[in-house]
Amino acid sequence: MQINGKVWKFGDDVDTDVIIPARYLVTIDPTELATHCMEDIDPEFAGKVQPGDVIVAGKNFGCGSSREHAPISIKAAGVRAVVAESFARIFYRNAINIGLPVIEAPQAAQEAETGDLLEIDTDKGNVHNTRTGNTYPSTPYDAYVMEIIQAGGLMEAVTRRVQAKRQAQ
Amino acid sequence: MGQTMAEKILSRAAGRPSVTTGEIVEVDVDLVMTNDITAPLSISEFRKTGLEHVFDPQKVVFVPDHFVPAKDIKAAEQAKVMREFAREQGTIYFEIGRAGIEHVVLPENGLTLPGQVIIGADSHTCTYGAFNAFSTGMGSTDIAAAMALGTTWVRVPPTIKFVYSGELPEDVGGKDLILHTIGQIGVDGAHYAVMEFTGEVIDNLPMDDRIAMANMAIEAGAKTGIFAFDDKTRDWLTAVTDKVLEPVSSDPDAIYQQVIEFDVSNLKPLVALPHLPSNVHAADEITDMPIHQVVIGSCTNGRLSDLREVAKILEGRQVHPDVRCIVIPGSQEVAKQATKEGLADIFMDAGAIFSTSTCGPCLGGYMGVLAKGERCVSTTNRNFRGRMGHRESEVILTGPRVAAASAILGRVGSPAQL
Ligand code: SF4
Repeated sequence: MQINGKVWKFGDDVDTDVIIPARYLVTIDPTELATHCMEDIDPEFAGKVQPGDVIVAGKNFGCGSSREHAPISIKAAGVRAVVAESFARIFYRNAINIGLPVIEAPQAAQEAETGDLLEIDTDKGNVHNTRTGNTYPSTPYDAYVMEIIQAGGLMEAVTRRVQAKRQAQ
Repeated sequence: MGQTMAEKILSRAAGRPSVTTGEIVEVDVDLVMTNDITAPLSISEFRKTGLEHVFDPQKVVFVPDHFVPAKDIKAAEQAKVMREFAREQGTIYFEIGRAGIEHVVLPENGLTLPGQVIIGADSHTCTYGAFNAFSTGMGSTDIAAAMALGTTWVRVPPTIKFVYSGELPEDVGGKDLILHTIGQIGVDGAHYAVMEFTGEVIDNLPMDDRIAMANMAIEAGAKTGIFAFDDKTRDWLTAVTDKVLEPVSSDPDAIYQQVIEFDVSNLKPLVALPHLPSNVHAADEITDMPIHQVVIGSCTNGRLSDLREVAKILEGRQVHPDVRCIVIPGSQEVAKQATKEGLADIFMDAGAIFSTSTCGPCLGGYMGVLAKGERCVSTTNRNFRGRMGHRESEVILTGPRVAAASAILGRVGSPAQL
């Protein structure tokens, strides 16, 4: 998969409370959640972000609560991928499960700035920054995680298993 | 080769003699939990599988606690979705009036046992490591998958061993130990790892303090925190269940990613200043920080022993006129006991409010949301920007004693300053 997008850069330890504040957790509607995406770290973000953009951040992105509303709001806001130096583990799982590409690429994340254009090749695991001219490696996915990604998300993978089991019976 | 207790639990749950750090294994789950804000999504994802029933209704539990008693119509709708699904499926369900905050209620009901694998759509599910279980938080979709299959996947985490030695000073407890630890290693200091809490200080530490420590393992980025099983664990659990207990212990030659030692003999009561749990300072070094609110409660410090400590300090004293002090018991059971013991009267006589059990203000839900520019000292576990209200409000984390002392002083301060 090839993802080309304009960068919005954030720092370290971006927590799920600032990605989607708890006051909005009274809904699971993605479009509504999208209107509050990143609100408590950048109140204007939801208005500025364009479909196809990418979020780039430092270490421990998505730390804090298990709310899946966080990756859902990011995805529904039109963000195509999140590139970070590292991810908090629950956020990472959640993003994979719902089909939001998360790419751990420390150097790419460090050197990118807001407004840069990133060209991400998820198959090769490369991140290219058109401003710096550099191509950076990313941490490859585990085979198990790759299966979930290829199925289109966790529930798609689970549903396939459930159906296969039924047919076998 | 020796194994840590976390590895032993995962090996058993994976049906294998051993597991290797870093590999992904599929494990059977003993308990799957969600709450009123994460359940609706889990339920709609579960429906996608076309399955009619969850894998085992006696291993699936729903606890309304975050926004209940319902704070508004939308919260009521979400709680209703959960309640109706629980009834339809015949799962375990704790209604308000017989419940409270999930991580207080589940242990009280004997549902979190040694050696188990417990997952919950709530990041503080790591709390049950205090009972020698492998328990960890996940998102709603992972929980939906586990409700369908009765299994989940886990990347076998490395374990970091923490050894606490020395003699714990009087006014210092489990909350201070975990804040000190997070302050030293940072909010991703135990990234992806298991924190195994050991040492003479831990051996002597009461269960409620161990629970508070396990609860905040996630605040160091850990997958979970875990404690060895001992007489204290046994006594606690046999009072709430007659199930057979199957504890695990770490082998002497188990392999640790790291061993970190702390001598805590000179530890002081601590606070974590905004906006990270790792921004840790001694409470009595903060001399000029006025506050507007104090919250005592949550899954970290809303247990009976916490309320007793608070009452000891508030008894015969008055909450500062500029402070709103909100005491929220962790469960209905805690509320009942606190009332029986006269603690509720002490709180109210001191000018605090004593409410029913809820997460409420801990996540900025209701019952004490902060306005712009307000500052709150809280016994909860997160002080991220906007956590308890306006994005320009502040939360300072601490244990029950410092919270009570601060309520009286009207500023951040320690019991020694009263
Ligand atoms: S009390 Fe706070 S941290 Fe604990 S479960 Fe409720 S919202 Fe989460």
